Amino acid sequence: MRAWFRSGSPWIWLTASAVSVSLIMVLGLLSMITYQGMGYFWPHEVQELQYQEPGRPAVRLIGEISDHEQVTATRMRESGLDVPAAVLRVDRFLVKTGNRELGGADFRWIVDLGMRGQTIPNDVMVLERREWGNFYGYLRAVKEGSSVVAQGEAAWPALRERLQRALDIFDRIHTIEKGDIGAVNYTLEKLRLAERRLELDGNTDAALHGRIAEQRNEQQAHYGLLQQQLADLYLDLGRDSLSAEVADGRVIDVKLAKVVRAYQPNTMPVIEKTSHYLQKIWEFISDEPREANTEGGVFPAIFGTVMMVLIMSILVTPFGVIAAVYLREYAKQGVFTRIIRIAVNNLAGVPAIVYGVFGLGFFVYFLGSGIDQLFFPEALPHPTFGTGGVLWSSLTLAILTLPVMIVATEEGLARIPRSIREGSLALGATKLETLWRTVLPMASPAIMTGVILAVARAAGEVAPLMLVGVVKLAPSMPVDLNAPFVHLDRKFMHLGFHIYDVGFQSPNVEAARPLVFATALLLVLVIVLLNLTAIKIRNHLRERYRALDG
Amino acid sequence: MATLTHGLDASILNRSTQPAKLADLHKSIEVSNLNLYYGSKQALKNVNMVLPRHRVSAFIGPSGCGKSTLLRCFNRMNDLVDGVRIEGKIALEGQDIHARSVNVADLRQRVGMVFQKPNHFPKSIYENVAYGLRIQGVSKRRVLDEAVENALRGSALLDEVKERLHENALSLSGGQQQRLVIARAIAIEPEVLLLDEPASALDPLSTLKIEELIYELKSKYTIVIVTHNMQQAARVSDFTAFMYLGELIEFDATATLFTNPKKKQTEDYITGRYG
Repeated sequence: MRAWFRSGSPWIWLTASAVSVSLIMVLGLLSMITYQGMGYFWPHEVQELQYQEPGRPAVRLIGEISDHEQVTATRMRESGLDVPAAVLRVDRFLVKTGNRELGGADFRWIVDLGMRGQTIPNDVMVLERREWGNFYGYLRAVKEGSSVVAQGEAAWPALRERLQRALDIFDRIHTIEKGDIGAVNYTLEKLRLAERRLELDGNTDAALHGRIAEQRNEQQAHYGLLQQQLADLYLDLGRDSLSAEVADGRVIDVKLAKVVRAYQPNTMPVIEKTSHYLQKIWEFISDEPREANTEGGVFPAIFGTVMMVLIMSILVTPFGVIAAVYLREYAKQGVFTRIIRIAVNNLAGVPAIVYGVFGLGFFVYFLGSGIDQLFFPEALPHPTFGTGGVLWSSLTLAILTLPVMIVATEEGLARIPRSIREGSLALGATKLETLWRTVLPMASPAIMTGVILAVARAAGEVAPLMLVGVVKLAPSMPVDLNAPFVHLDRKFMHLGFHIYDVGFQSPNVEAARPLVFATALLLVLVIVLLNLTAIKIRNHLRERYRALDG
Repeated sequence: MATLTHGLDASILNRSTQPAKLADLHKSIEVSNLNLYYGSKQALKNVNMVLPRHRVSAFIGPSGCGKSTLLRCFNRMNDLVDGVRIEGKIALEGQDIHARSVNVADLRQRVGMVFQKPNHFPKSIYENVAYGLRIQGVSKRRVLDEAVENALRGSALLDEVKERLHENALSLSGGQQQRLVIARAIAIEPEVLLLDEPASALDPLSTLKIEELIYELKSKYTIVIVTHNMQQAARVSDFTAFMYLGELIEFDATATLFTNPKKKQTEDYITGRYG
């Protein structure tokens, strides 16, 4: 034993196990969020349950069993359930029964004791809706207006056909509302601001005012036309409906306009399930959120995260590089530079929320209000830059990641051999020319390392953003088709904040939980992707500026 | 020839341009009463010397004797070192290089330097040679092409690299890299070329090439070479300075210094008794 300790192998084992534990934890984390998040999109089978709690009438439930746990009988007794004395532990299941507008809740806990029968009916139908969550029931008839057009066997094919039509109409409505009407509103707002600007300047030039009024009339005429189109489309959209029997035996009418997707999970072949699964994932990545973010996609959040990180990188890189160049190349090394270095390193340890507070106080309230008063007085009291936005968020995170950038660049500059600098100086280059033509290009891989670290830190940061520009639901994205296309003053959505919001601020936590995992997975993937891109650029630079040894 | 050692023979010495007298030659660099301190340590002690134009002058001496420091005074490379203090005067073509009116970058364009280890930039061969010209603001492709070609021909590298001018200079061998650095230095057509142990990191064959090159180059440039290797000094130089502990002990025509040194210290050094 003693000899074994002396041999040094315990030390090797210790270090190796530390690595293994870290690896297992990382992989465990990733597989957990992958499993929890990705399972959500699979069409699970829907069961019909006969259920009777002791002392209550029997009920029929239709839904997906989404969770299972064991609880002590004592706890169940305390919550009012009549559990036989001999039973110590009770199995209970969480059933997603949907139909929130009828039953009040999407989920229901049931105990194993009360289970009287369990079947998997073939013809049960699931509807994903634009509001009120999922709908579970048996399709009885498809209606056009108030007349039945199909029922029985024929109902399902008819439904699919008519649903597709409704979805097409809905797409067109969406395009008009978001695109055309959005553009009209944007232009009208611009005109209002232009007019207000003239008013503030005391400009009473009739021609200018006339032109604005003319343009406004034009836009309003266009708006009227669009409204007419919309009204027609809405009429079309509201034509069809379906009636379905729900768990408690009632027959409910559902407008097809409200349905996003209809499927019969229990009879779906695997291929169809897979296609459904992929469609759902695509919807999640590419679509906008619905129903207080608990349904639909997270595209605005992905876009916001990536855009914010990119702007942050663009801001922090020159800033950090210039600071590092001064510290390393120009400043006289001594106590003072040492103090600055220590201060910079300590900045990296300041809690992120402190940066958020600084960003709010300095960027939003001070700079933002200043900019508003100087450049956008016509919009006041409505703030343009004097409120949180993607620019201020990026700047706040740029300051947060500045220490990382400075340290990485400084290390890169320090690694460049003296002989190369001397070689350049000996050819008559000034210090600036040497820096610009030789030293900085050679340090660029190290600068990219700084960018990678900064991106990794910034993409995962949420707390400061809550103060300087992230919102739960942004009405419009920071980039759109209205000139000038990039709107840095706009508030934006962020995956990290989305996780917090959906998971903990949502009215329907049970329904949203899988989405939390899926969003977390997505955030990890986005960060990995951003980093891989940066690493690829760095490797390219490394290859290009491979220096001689020493 | 009695004091010559290590198999040097007269035929090598004869390759040197036999000067009439040092005093008769055009003065390229003139050093008077030069003292240099690194902080409180004195590295050069009252050095006085005249380096003739279009000749090769070699500095020899044991490690730490100040020969590289002296060399680096000529293009003011010592300015880059913290805590250096220089007293005395160095004149290039009669003009004090420490005068206020002298721009260091301009001075370094007139006094080129090649270092001990090849320190080419991580760029293509072409861009390495063109570097100094680009610094001077030359950007015309035709002018650059011509200058690069001439410089590479001048450093006897053109034939070896003309097929791969745009490849990274890292692909060259050590000897080729050192000749590339020489090409880079002569591309800006300096008046003086300082060589700081240019062959110490090279194999004998590459060393020979460099030495031949030095012989070729001296018709156009004043060359000052620092070397550890006495045979090399004997082979390539017209004048040799022996330095010891920061002092210039003796400076004379190479043949004279090696065959008939005036000072005891010089004789001891070249016969291998110390150093």
